[in-house]
Amino acid sequence: MAEMEVADKGGKKGPGVKKSKKLSTRVDLTPMVDLGFLLITFFMFTTTLSKPKTMQINMPYDDEELKEEEETKIKESTALTVLLSKKHRVYYYEGMGTDPESTPDVQVTNFDPQDGIRQVIIDKKDKVENLRRTGQLGAKDKTTILIKPDSTSTYADMVNMLDEMAINDIRVYAIVDITDVDKEFIQMTEQANPE
Amino acid sequence: MGKHKMPRKSTNVDMTAMCDVAFLLLTFFMLATQFKPDEPVTVVTPNSISEIPLPDNDIMLITVDPDGRIFFTIDSKNDRKDLIEKLDEQKGLNLTEEEKNNYIVGASIGVPFNQLKSYLAADGDQQGKLDDAAPGIPTDTVNTSEANELALWIKEARYSNPKLRITIKADADASYPDIARVINTLKGWKIFKFNLITGLKAVPPGTAAFEKQNAGGGEG
Repeated sequence: MAEMEVADKGGKKGPGVKKSKKLSTRVDLTPMVDLGFLLITFFMFTTTLSKPKTMQINMPYDDEELKEEEETKIKESTALTVLLSKKHRVYYYEGMGTDPESTPDVQVTNFDPQDGIRQVIIDKKDKVENLRRTGQLGAKDKTTILIKPDSTSTYADMVNMLDEMAINDIRVYAIVDITDVDKEFIQMTEQANPE
Repeated sequence: MGKHKMPRKSTNVDMTAMCDVAFLLLTFFMLATQFKPDEPVTVVTPNSISEIPLPDNDIMLITVDPDGRIFFTIDSKNDRKDLIEKLDEQKGLNLTEEEKNNYIVGASIGVPFNQLKSYLAADGDQQGKLDDAAPGIPTDTVNTSEANELALWIKEARYSNPKLRITIKADADASYPDIARVINTLKGWKIFKFNLITGLKAVPPGTAAFEKQNAGGGEG
């Protein structure tokens, strides 16, 4: 410490030796406290902020031995199919697109928070709610969303879409492999809306 | 000597006590901090509104980098020891004790089994370079296939510790088919429940989740 006194040697002093002034042993601790708190702040931020968050995901149970009657049946009117494609584009249509007779009306949108896929999901929920109220759907029928990521989509698209499920409180959803028919839909829509 | 003079008090405060407190807290936080294990690749995860924190132990971490390379690790040292010994035996890797030890203390592995020995024999700096060139753990469509090394890693790790929670940490720019390969491998072992590591983002106002959050906070 800066102001530490040096102990005298011998102890006895001659009559001519002037007694040196006793210096205070007090050290100003303010900078040390400053440093201490600075480090505390640093460690506090690193411990709490770096904790990664996770998203729980349940994939649909997939077993070849599953009998057809055991599979979950989804009503066409509750379903919304969402196709994820390149450049973070989102294609969607009502129903599951399993009817070979009629081609669904495929629309294109994106992940825009205002008028992107979120609005589509909210509208769909309202629609299902209305159908339930009018008695066309049972109480157990919930809005079901099929997510089909294309091979050109990224992981971020998938997570964003799953996040939309959480944001809009959609309980029933599934990530399904994309079919060739769906790929055709994407191509057709892309040709119809060139950008 | 008519007026009584007030003694001028010093403005100096004794900082010792405050200093003690500061350093006590500092020591606490230093000891409580767990440093992130070094990762072979930097991965920028996408964000979600999910607030479930990652558990501290029993984690199997599958990392997917932007190029679709797959890295694999589990957290517990005991399980790692168990795992590497079993794999050594099964795959006939002829690892030395030192190489096994390198695995136990090391980071995620992103090399196929035929390169594992030379990877583990390398020292820390070289491993970093090898990680840059690593092809990732090979996967295949069928789990029982010899080519699906990720499936074997997952299977053996789960034998070492059945409580392992499976987490996938993938880069936002990783393409979907790469993720699908990992998910399909997990599905092949009848694992349908796993966690995706994401960053945190705010719940957008005016949505169902936002209302739920506010209702929960207000009433309960």
